[in-house]
Amino acid sequence: MFSLLILIPLLSVIILNLSFGRLMRKTAFSLCLALFVVQILLVLLPISGGFEPIFKFNLIVDDLSRVVLFCIGIVLSSALFVGEHLIKDDDQRFNFLNLLLIALAGMNGVVMVKDVFSLYVFLEITAVASFVLISLYRDRDALEAAFKYFVLSAIASVLMLSSIAILLLFSGDTGFSAINAAIITSQHSRLIMLAMGLFICGLFIKGGLMPFHGWLPDAYSAAPAPVSILLAGIVTKTVGIYALIRIVTLVFVFNDPIKYLLLFVGAISIVLGALAALGQSDFKRMLAYSSISQVGYIIIGLGCGTPLGIFGAIFHLLNHAVFKTLLFVNSAAVEKETGTTDMDKMSGLAEKMPLTGITSVLAVLSTAGIPPLSGFWSKLIIIMALWISGYRIFAVIAVTASVITLAYFLSLQRRVFWGKLGKEFNNIKEPGFMLAFPALVLAFIIVAVGILFPYLAHEFINLKELTGG
Amino acid sequence: MAVIDELILFMLAASALWTVMTRSLLRSAIGLALTSVMLAILMFRLNNPFAAVFELSVCAGLISALFFCIITITEPMTPEKVREEGGARFERFRYLPVIVLIVGIVLRILTVKIDVKLPALEEIVDVRHFLWGHRQLDLIGQIIILLCGVFGIVILLKEIRKKGG
Repeated sequence: MFSLLILIPLLSVIILNLSFGRLMRKTAFSLCLALFVVQILLVLLPISGGFEPIFKFNLIVDDLSRVVLFCIGIVLSSALFVGEHLIKDDDQRFNFLNLLLIALAGMNGVVMVKDVFSLYVFLEITAVASFVLISLYRDRDALEAAFKYFVLSAIASVLMLSSIAILLLFSGDTGFSAINAAIITSQHSRLIMLAMGLFICGLFIKGGLMPFHGWLPDAYSAAPAPVSILLAGIVTKTVGIYALIRIVTLVFVFNDPIKYLLLFVGAISIVLGALAALGQSDFKRMLAYSSISQVGYIIIGLGCGTPLGIFGAIFHLLNHAVFKTLLFVNSAAVEKETGTTDMDKMSGLAEKMPLTGITSVLAVLSTAGIPPLSGFWSKLIIIMALWISGYRIFAVIAVTASVITLAYFLSLQRRVFWGKLGKEFNNIKEPGFMLAFPALVLAFIIVAVGILFPYLAHEFINLKELTGG
Repeated sequence: MAVIDELILFMLAASALWTVMTRSLLRSAIGLALTSVMLAILMFRLNNPFAAVFELSVCAGLISALFFCIITITEPMTPEKVREEGGARFERFRYLPVIVLIVGIVLRILTVKIDVKLPALEEIVDVRHFLWGHRQLDLIGQIIILLCGVFGIVILLKEIRKKGG
């Protein structure tokens, strides 16, 4: 059944582009929405069976895959609503929808494959779709951002392909299990260590972690608003962070060099991302640097190497997808109404845009880890995992950076939404249902997951197993 | 390694270097095709004719043809601009020899210390059965990448047509 999550988007793109005149263009939005909703339902409901007699895709669908497939459905639905509202040109909107479907197929592939070469193929699909999406409007900044992403992504590809070639020498196969077996038998080999390092560095570039983040702030801020939602909400999380979690936990051996590499890169990203965000005056650039910082939390959670840390990392991945998508939806609403993303030119927008202001507060507080919102629990779990496993200095860094997160986001709220409304903004209003609906749904998820987490943890998660006692 | 293989490797590196350093897009595309041809010859010599045929037909043939098509619709630099760029063009390659030297030394150290044994080649009866039986997902992936590339080109060409109109 899950192979359909790759095949149907592909078939949809082909069908949409058959010559049925304008009929297909009119139904494109509904078709995309139906696909995304089906994906969310498919993940939530236990359905099995499929097309294995025809296609032998050899996929892996476990709890981690389900979480990320769910996030993909949610974020793409949000980007779809925002794109439908903000992209005025019919051709551009149609191209956007097609590329959204291609990105969907790519990301679903990344999430479900269990072969490093197939993983590489689907990473490239997502990356190519992202280059085109960033440059959709073809303005100078967007083209420059797409080019930067293209060049750094090519470097990441070279690193990963080199790693795959070395791993193939040892294992004779590119399947996860074969490589894992080969690594276990010769884990002290320096060549194996080099291969693992190259692959992880490639994924760091894809995930935009510091110091491999050169492309990310430009790409997030210069891309069209719905594409920023897509990139920040799920693309970098899937092609960089999810792939890293999958590779480190299933394929590589969790030894000390890998743990320390993850912990140091995670800590650097948390601190420098937060400090860089503090100095931004552009709404989208601040969110971009904040993304780098929040992804750092996921990476140090993973770097713990304990079940609790990995659980915290996955939980924060889910939370980050939701609150960062919500913040980018809100930035799209603000940009549409004010015509700028420069926060120094804004003030008091909450008076005219109360819904955007309130949902933004919820997302901001959740990102900063304020109870009882969802972000609080994932950060708490990551910090607990670090403390329990003896990496106390990293736990202290994580807590301190949370304060910086709160500081820059309160500054954002103050500059954009609070204070006295500027005269030039007297005529602005909420931008309508297409932006309000995803914002409300995402805000609901943040609150519901936060409030219900103690119940969910008690009913569905074996915390004793996670904490080892 | 036979002398002929070393010669092919050297020519491969030289044509790759020419591809990135030449000032003409057309020559660059020809350099890329040459690189692919050298790689295909190496693959033949390493007893992998299927990979060699794919490399030759897709990379040296199809992709080069695509590049030539795209080059015909782009605006070439004026001779003045080419002259202006001339000096600065080589500056970006100033660290290349150092990088090549470092990578070479690292790889040399690693391969001397570690005795890597290539896995035995499996007997492949039919490449079509192998691809369909073992790499179905990658084939689907290739189709999706092609579709995505088409969209990229469509967006570019439409813009050019609009500008032309």
